[in-house]
Amino acid sequence: MTEPVLLARNLTKRYGRVVALDGADFELLPGEILAVIGDNGAGKSTLIKALSGAVQPDSGEMRLMGEPMLFRSPMEARTAGIETVYQTLALSPALSIADNMFLGREIRKGGPLGKWLGALDRGAMRRIAREKLSELGLMTIQDIDQAVETLSGGQRQGVAVARAAAFGSKVVIMDEPTAALGVKESRRVLDLILEVRARGLPIVLISHNMPHVFEIADRIHVHRLGRRLCVVRPQDVSMSDAVAFMTGAKEPPAALAA
Amino acid sequence: MHPPETTAEGPASFGHKRTALGRVQAFLHAYPTMVPVVVLALSLVAFGFIAGERFFSPFNLSLIMQQVTVIGILAAAQSLVILTAGIDLSVAAIMVLTTVAMGQLAVELGLPAGIAIPIGLIVGIACGTLNGLLVTRLKLPPFIVTLGTWNVFFALNLWLSGAQSIRSQAIDAEAPALKVFGQSFGLFGTQFTFGSILLLVLFATLWYLLNRTAWGRHVYAVGDDKDAAELAGIRTDRVLVSVYALAGLVCAIGAWAAIGRLGSISPQSFYEGNLQSITAVVIGGISLFGGRGSIMGALIGALIVGVFQSGLRLAGVDVLWQVFAIGWLIIVAVAIDQWIRKVAS
Repeated sequence: MTEPVLLARNLTKRYGRVVALDGADFELLPGEILAVIGDNGAGKSTLIKALSGAVQPDSGEMRLMGEPMLFRSPMEARTAGIETVYQTLALSPALSIADNMFLGREIRKGGPLGKWLGALDRGAMRRIAREKLSELGLMTIQDIDQAVETLSGGQRQGVAVARAAAFGSKVVIMDEPTAALGVKESRRVLDLILEVRARGLPIVLISHNMPHVFEIADRIHVHRLGRRLCVVRPQDVSMSDAVAFMTGAKEPPAALAA
Repeated sequence: MHPPETTAEGPASFGHKRTALGRVQAFLHAYPTMVPVVVLALSLVAFGFIAGERFFSPFNLSLIMQQVTVIGILAAAQSLVILTAGIDLSVAAIMVLTTVAMGQLAVELGLPAGIAIPIGLIVGIACGTLNGLLVTRLKLPPFIVTLGTWNVFFALNLWLSGAQSIRSQAIDAEAPALKVFGQSFGLFGTQFTFGSILLLVLFATLWYLLNRTAWGRHVYAVGDDKDAAELAGIRTDRVLVSVYALAGLVCAIGAWAAIGRLGSISPQSFYEGNLQSITAVVIGGISLFGGRGSIMGALIGALIVGVFQSGLRLAGVDVLWQVFAIGWLIIVAVAIDQWIRKVAS
């Protein structure tokens, strides 16, 4: 059996008397797109926050590439190679595409100018931003110095995904990447996600959109009542079955149950 | 027959055609400082006609520079804070408190200027840092924090000075270095002060910091969307405190320049400086909602105010109409900013 890239065992998290995670397990295999689905309040966003460092579980263990991990902040998770594309995208609208790609990890010039005066190496940042966008087939975006707010919703998503893919060395987590987009733009973003996988990065995809999940996911993690109910493969179950598992209308077959 | 629609409304193309007005809007969106630049150019031409040759005399132009020095420096400090979507009502109070501190130390206590001036700069940084800590730790709106500290700093200033001015002759006798920025030098019929040079150097330095360093990018990102900046890994509170502290330092440098400009030190001076600095920033095309505009706009905004005052005075217009004109400039500037920002939607 291949070793999971990201693994969690028996995670619990309580907010007062509300149990958000109740012994949840999680497993992300190398090179796969793992969709996480679950009803509202099932605890999937707490699970994702725990994996991306935004929330610290009360108990349980997490491993990244077999190494135990404990993140006190999203920054630590980023440093370890886990990038998250938030639903809000976390882009700064008035800044340029290049500035946004490197926001919080700018490249400085070499020599005294960079060291003491903090001068940015804007040439390098532009060049790398352009490279990363081209790699993902996003170079329909003409001007790397263009403000992000002048881009369409899909293009902004593209910039956020490209940023994650550029810096995420181990895992990319995407929270509802197609939620705010129209049909054509969703199509582009789904292709983009497949492109990221083709480059070898495993992806955790949180989505409510069943057709999208069934189209691109390799496996589907169904979350219910604070824990993993089952993991199914899209070719084995129907969409209505998956929704039924998620809402508790139907029990998953014993063979699949976690 | 209508020609077929040629705009490809693909997901990655900019499908919408732009009208001429739309192109102007998009251009100004990319270069927000062009509005004040055009206003400054037009007002120079207009006042050249109205006020005649005296307006364009090298002496008058350098006089305008002298007159905008102090408000210009305060506007630089104000710009830093406004770029983070804040506002600093205490800039002039910090400056006057610093002038009093420098004066008391150097003139009344007889400390060397080489000690009094650095202590004054530290006073400015401390005041700014206090603002920053109150904004970030207590999570209070900057308007309220600085409204409060404006009063606090003003009261400290009256206490420290005993509500007494320090006369010009006393400064000359004890610490002439405090007035160095009031000294002028003639150049082709102009009378530039070292204060005007300081103003330009200060703006150039801040422009560099804001546009060519990571810190500067973070200032814009925090002003633009603080939550997004936080998620992108920027320590937003740290950036905010550094911005307020730097604004305090700039105010303290302004204090040094103000002593040179006035010649004396008065606890009652520059009482309208807070609002005048905001006026310059707003006319300079820096958005009050944060994250947009160039610091150079604030310099141009201060110059526009100076040009209006000088031009209207030379044209023999009553002072009240200068105030009237500046008032409308503010309203028009903010209206243009609102219109430009619509390009995003």
